[in-house]
Amino acid sequence: MLLPVLFGVSLVSFSLLHLVPGDPATLMAGEDANPEFIEAIRKEYGLDQPLYLQYFRFLSHVIRGDFGISIRNREPVIKLLKERFLFTVQLSFISILIAGFIGLIAGIISSTKQYSLFDHLSMVGALFGISMPIFWFGLLLMLVFSVYLRWFPAGGKGTILHLILPAIALGASGSAVIARMTRASMLEVIRQDYIRTARANGLREFIVIYKHALKNAMIPVVTVFGLEFGYMLGGAVLTETVFSLPGVGRLMVDGIFQRDYPIVQGSMLLVATTFVLVNLLTDIAYAFFDPKIRYE
Amino acid sequence: MGKENTLLSIKNLRTHFYSRGHTIYALDGVSFEIEKGMTFGLVGETGCGKSVTALSILRLIPYPPGKIVQGEIHFKGRNLLRLSEEEIRSIRGKEISMIFQEPMTSLNPVFRIGDQMMEVIMLHQKVGKPVAYERAVEMLERVHMPDARKIMRQFPHQLSGGMRQRAMIAMELSCRPYLLIADEPTTALDVTIQAQILRLLKEMKKEFDTSILLITHDLGVIAEMCDRVGVMYAGSIVEEASVEDIFKDPKHPYTRGLWGAIPRMEEEKETLSVIPGMVPDLSQPPTGCKFHPRCTFRFEPCDRFVPPPAEVSEGHFVACFLYQGKDGNG
Repeated sequence: MLLPVLFGVSLVSFSLLHLVPGDPATLMAGEDANPEFIEAIRKEYGLDQPLYLQYFRFLSHVIRGDFGISIRNREPVIKLLKERFLFTVQLSFISILIAGFIGLIAGIISSTKQYSLFDHLSMVGALFGISMPIFWFGLLLMLVFSVYLRWFPAGGKGTILHLILPAIALGASGSAVIARMTRASMLEVIRQDYIRTARANGLREFIVIYKHALKNAMIPVVTVFGLEFGYMLGGAVLTETVFSLPGVGRLMVDGIFQRDYPIVQGSMLLVATTFVLVNLLTDIAYAFFDPKIRYE
Repeated sequence: MGKENTLLSIKNLRTHFYSRGHTIYALDGVSFEIEKGMTFGLVGETGCGKSVTALSILRLIPYPPGKIVQGEIHFKGRNLLRLSEEEIRSIRGKEISMIFQEPMTSLNPVFRIGDQMMEVIMLHQKVGKPVAYERAVEMLERVHMPDARKIMRQFPHQLSGGMRQRAMIAMELSCRPYLLIADEPTTALDVTIQAQILRLLKEMKKEFDTSILLITHDLGVIAEMCDRVGVMYAGSIVEEASVEDIFKDPKHPYTRGLWGAIPRMEEEKETLSVIPGMVPDLSQPPTGCKFHPRCTFRFEPCDRFVPPPAEVSEGHFVACFLYQGKDGNG
């Protein structure tokens, strides 16, 4: 499953350069470059060769970790990607931790106290979390915690403190989705016969909920975790823009605006690959929670 | 009442459920006793309150919507309804344990059989993992599971229905309870497996000296297993007697109707006999005797007064006006 998807991804990101209207070499060189320069570009990037050869060339370079040279600042794409991606991973990791923690706790309490005040409040909160535009929420956080309270820096990178606000902004919708999913899943599980068995065996309510029910309820929640994490790693363009952070998302968007195709190609490949890998990890996590999958 | 060897005594138990402004009178004054070493059968149609009785004993009625509103449940001299949450929890699974109808869904699908058994053993017997492991293996062997050590490592979905019910029985007997509540333990199983499980329950009862409260709608199971029988209808017990009496000489019109509905091989009948009408809606139960709308013997007091149980012969109680003073005062 992994390999065909990656093959498709490479094909799409390769075609990118050829799908945009106009001659790739001219696009790279700029509209008013002289013909010799365009020709030189064409040679340098092998654009004068047949398409399939170009693809193989591209592929063999990619496999060796060579994503080409950025057109704009003449640096190897791989170097830019590495820096940016490490940052994105950090941000996503903190973000999914926050989202998971808040989402799981809220979902579990909501389900055990269905229709209580807490349940209503957290579900309204989740609705906000899903519906709020991220840039607006980010600005709001910045306003309250950086401008008024001065607890956290308003943007840029550096210490872990710089990551907290962006991680919250990025994780808000994730925690909302996780909370709703956890609640729904738990509500279904706690009605099952084996939960009654656990209670009839004299187990403590805490053990019944957090061990016997939660492990069953996690099976669908894991999917959401995987999707959210993959989505975060894909670069949170809006969050990164609002907090002026150097992440993959902004690299890609800047690349698009500046017509820096190698950058766009490289980040697309990276993002897609990460997404596929996260999904693979999700499948492995499934097996941990659901023994039926393990033995099939 | 209050005899030396009474293990469990339920008096006037009322459990109600509240839903959308309605009150459902699931249990409406249930009383019976179980003696040590006895198997007591509760029989009745679906929805008559058998399972609610069982869950009420262990106080496992989910609240909301359900609530035990009245009654006493004496078990070994203590009123279970007065115990703290902590105290009742220490009784569940240790002194009174319960097996359920659906062996397919009553074991937790994400934990190994062994881990589920060991958890209960470690909790109630205060032993460490290695001891709990050995005791769990021993229990599995006692319920005749082949290759117990392998079963310990398996997940519920890897076992058949009968095997799961065996594992369930092993788990529930592992702490040697005084009382085992078996709620339709064989209903979901194939007939041949049913017979095996019943035989196992009988054997275990002897071996562990456990009393059993057996809940079923299968009269064959009652005849096979029980010493005493209570017939439930719409939340109360309408007739209670020894198994011999109740099969030889059923008194209550409902019991007779149930017995009449058993097809017999020697009779050649085109249609099975049925009890006319439907099980009443327990949010609006009929006045008086709850069976009177379906009863072919009903007469003048039946829709106005609730018949109290009358002893028609020694140990044979019937709650019906046919067997007492016809003025409705008992």
